[in-house]
Amino acid sequence: MIAILAFLTVVALLVLWWISRQGLMVKPWLETDSVATLGGADQPRLPPAQIGLGIFLAVVGSLFALLISAYVLRAQLGDWRGFPLPGIVWANSLPLLAASLALEWARVRARHGDIMLAQAGVIGGMGAAAVFIAGQLWAWTILTANGYAITSGPAGSFFYLMTAAHGLHVIGGIVALARPIAKIRRADDVAAIRLSIDLAATYWLFMLLVWVVLLLVLSGWAAAFLALCGRIIAGSG
Amino acid sequence: MVVAWVMVAVVVGSIAFHLLSPWWFPPLASNWGYIDDTTILTFWITGIVFAAVVLFMAYCLFRFRHRDGNTARYEPENKRLETWLVTLTAAGVIAMLTPGLFVWAQFVSVPEDAMEIEVIGQQWLWNYRLPGEDGQLGRADNRFVNFDNPLGIDPEDPAGQDDYMIIGGELVLPVDAPVRFGLRSVDVLHNFYVPEIRAKMDMIPGSVTYFWATLTQEGSYEILCAELCGTGHSYMRGGFRAVTQDEYDQWLGTQMTFAEFAS
Amino acid sequence: MADIPHDASASAPPAELGEMELYHPRSWWTKYVFSQDAKVIAIQYAVTAFGIGFVALVLSWLIRLQLGFPGTFNFISPEAYYQFITMHGMIMVVYLLTALFLGGFGNYLIPLMVGARDMVFPYANMLSYWIYLVAVLVLVASFFVPGGPTGAGWTLYPPQAIMSNTPGQQGGIILMLVSLALFIIGFTMGGLNYTVTVLQARTRGMTLMRMPLTVWGIFVATVMALLAFPALFVAAVMMLFDKLLGTSFFMPTLVEFGQQLSYGGGSPILFQHLFWFFGHPEVYIVALPAFGIVSDLIATHARRNIFGYRMMVWAIVIIGALSFIVWAHHMYVSGMNPYFGFFFATTTLIIAVPTAIKVYNWVLTLWRGDIHFTTPMLFALGFIVTFVNGGLSGLFLGNVVIDVPLSDTMFVVAHFHMVMGVAPIMVIFGAIYHWYPKVTGRMLSEGLGKFHFWVTFVGAYLIFFPMHYVGLTGAPRRYFETTDIAVVPDSAMALNAFISVMAFIVGFAQLVFIFNLVWSLKNGKHAGGNPWRATSLEWQTPKTPPEHGNWGKELPVVYRWAYDYSVPGAPEDFIAQNQPAVAGREAST
Repeated sequence: MIAILAFLTVVALLVLWWISRQGLMVKPWLETDSVATLGGADQPRLPPAQIGLGIFLAVVGSLFALLISAYVLRAQLGDWRGFPLPGIVWANSLPLLAASLALEWARVRARHGDIMLAQAGVIGGMGAAAVFIAGQLWAWTILTANGYAITSGPAGSFFYLMTAAHGLHVIGGIVALARPIAKIRRADDVAAIRLSIDLAATYWLFMLLVWVVLLLVLSGWAAAFLALCGRIIAGSG
Repeated sequence: MVVAWVMVAVVVGSIAFHLLSPWWFPPLASNWGYIDDTTILTFWITGIVFAAVVLFMAYCLFRFRHRDGNTARYEPENKRLETWLVTLTAAGVIAMLTPGLFVWAQFVSVPEDAMEIEVIGQQWLWNYRLPGEDGQLGRADNRFVNFDNPLGIDPEDPAGQDDYMIIGGELVLPVDAPVRFGLRSVDVLHNFYVPEIRAKMDMIPGSVTYFWATLTQEGSYEILCAELCGTGHSYMRGGFRAVTQDEYDQWLGTQMTFAEFAS
Repeated sequence: MADIPHDASASAPPAELGEMELYHPRSWWTKYVFSQDAKVIAIQYAVTAFGIGFVALVLSWLIRLQLGFPGTFNFISPEAYYQFITMHGMIMVVYLLTALFLGGFGNYLIPLMVGARDMVFPYANMLSYWIYLVAVLVLVASFFVPGGPTGAGWTLYPPQAIMSNTPGQQGGIILMLVSLALFIIGFTMGGLNYTVTVLQARTRGMTLMRMPLTVWGIFVATVMALLAFPALFVAAVMMLFDKLLGTSFFMPTLVEFGQQLSYGGGSPILFQHLFWFFGHPEVYIVALPAFGIVSDLIATHARRNIFGYRMMVWAIVIIGALSFIVWAHHMYVSGMNPYFGFFFATTTLIIAVPTAIKVYNWVLTLWRGDIHFTTPMLFALGFIVTFVNGGLSGLFLGNVVIDVPLSDTMFVVAHFHMVMGVAPIMVIFGAIYHWYPKVTGRMLSEGLGKFHFWVTFVGAYLIFFPMHYVGLTGAPRRYFETTDIAVVPDSAMALNAFISVMAFIVGFAQLVFIFNLVWSLKNGKHAGGNPWRATSLEWQTPKTPPEHGNWGKELPVVYRWAYDYSVPGAPEDFIAQNQPAVAGREAST
């Protein structure tokens, strides 16, 4: 359960930082009636959708951290037999990276008011993400053909489960990209379009991050790296 | 008003029930008297806290009930009082936890001279494996389980050949010698539980869990399964007898070894 | 109130209008059925939760029939018995308590108490309810599939949960897992709403430290649920894979009917870690809203500020955080690495400290108060007694060595029913008596309410206090019958019969409550806007019941915390949160 505890520690630190700015030490019964203490509407507020997305990503992060925890817990038992990831899985990082870059570009363009270019970025992102999904399905067929079916053993089962979870989130992301496009088609308020693209770009950046972490865990690099750290600490101490 | 008296009745009734209750741990038959002592200590501390909190509440309900002219006192907090209460609570918690952790340290460290035996659960039957002349148990795994080898003893391991097997029968163990109970299961989760021993532990297919105990009282006891294991869970019982070392040796001689069972 | 003189310079300009786009229902269907109004969604959640909760109540009667009078009722087979306990547990914990506290009270109270017009994502909020309803229907459907619902125990431990000697392993377990997954998806949609509304939609002047503790409790519980429920989701999906696709996440090599199964290499303990990583926070997901609500009930009906408000807030946050590192105290005898016991026993007993502070502060709020024995207050008192009792028996089970003999016995059953069954349900009843006037505009009958309280409180205590002692004798839980166990004396069986009779009496008292709910809708006394003379914002709405949008044209502006009761020098014994300065108050504090 190391992965989920590490993830929750990060969340807890964020919460602590936020909470430290909320005046949790004030004595509320003393500070009545002063307009200066009212706060609220005077402070600039982030749009609720952005906060909402942030919390949603924390939930998704928790989901993947738990999957990784389960994976690590199982991999630590003596009889674990992993398998090398096929090259296609590594190569698949490229379309996902491309999708994320396209949306970042769309985010910048939308900020400058180039709505049509931003739309091109969003559509490009959708295309790249579709290529990623196709690549993942191909990777599954290759693995199954090579004898690593979903029932081939714990390592195989975890691979399919974790990539499926990630893939479903990517597919959800593709569907959600229809929203900024619909807003652009309807010629909505520019601020609304900008927000919508902003949210999408953040989500895709997160999906890329999750993918990188999954790759590191599934390839065994994360474990090797941690073992190396352990040796260095042991060696120096 | 009535509430205040009912609260007093709850405290008095609960304490009276506790003192008069014929329902208590069954008589101890192992070395785990410390567990009983920690439990009794915890009963004292929690009982005092329960009585204090509820009686104080009853007093408040009586004394500060609404009457004409009665007004509440405006008092947002009282740091000193709260600090005192936190300190007292922390002291109570430490008083309960410390002995608990010391006893747990004993619980997890098996004496080196402990006799190793194995209990193997299956739906809904207790099986046992006792070491033969070599004093040790052979390797085992659920992969090896079949009709001729119900306990999954590794046929390649010479240490396993002289292991005594008891299939569904009574377990007999000597008193006054520490025993390490290795626990396995061939199908689902079970839990080896003899209330008189106090200790218990789940049995998980695919791994060997354990606890240890020294039996102190000769006698017959009942083994219960304490982890839901399917429809027959409540009927998964076994017989268990604690005897002197001589009687144990005599009894062991009448049992069948793995080698005899297989041939 | 209108004649209170106030300093003109201290009053702030009103909060702006139309801060959020408010959804406007166009037809009867969108107003009452597919409504996006949090208050309607709250009632939908509450009615559904009570509906399925009633099923669980009936199941508890069937369980008690068997336990109290074994061998008398032949229609209860061991299979049926295990199905009853499984469904009873799962429904009560997840589909009743969680859904009612967060979906029901959260939806109704959060926007009103923080001065918002509605939740921030009303559409997702509506979806949240409908997905919850589908989850409930899937669960109910499992009663009607071949083999019936699952009988694996509410913890659904593998390998047993998906093997053939467990009832409901054909369809029941699949529907249960699917239903849980749906519940979690639906809850996440609602949970995002509750948290973002608290963070972003508070009205002017409503700082975090001016929020009523009810909002604090629900808010922290929601954050916990959002982070903890994924663990159950992951566990449910992995078990579905094992059952449907033949993977072996939780399934080691094992033998059934003398045959090796095709599974191999899985870890049953892994499931337990995932389950309890959700399961322990879940206890506090139910408890924290109860803590918050009961604080407000006690302050209002004792006419006194909640004692140590800041400590109460900190304790809620600390308990919420600590509850993520105690999960394995449910697994002391699971066969996990026994050295974990030291760590988890310590963290578990540390949690007792902030929890005890909350109890002290409730009682100290009564001290020097002006206590009105209304029905909500009675239930709040009932909560304190049962919660203290159940919390203290938790110190036995949290202390790892004492847990060894007591785990998996009736002592555990008694403990968790007292602490997370009876105690939160006391709060739910108290809260309903308290807020029903706001929801409907009518008071519930006090006479029936008091009858309901006395039977429920005394009865429930008489059920669960003696049950601890049945467990002490060594009687295991989840036994179809405990008659012929050597260590369980016959007198304990008499006690069991007594407990069963009490369970029936308490159960029937709930029918009185339901009658009261329906009867008072038409015949209750008119409540007016603020029958309890309470300070928090939900009692200051321009209309009762509040209409869609809650606040009429202008949002309220908040000038003070929610606990200005019996302030010296004030003309009345409460000052509403949206009441500007009162002359003379500064001098007296």
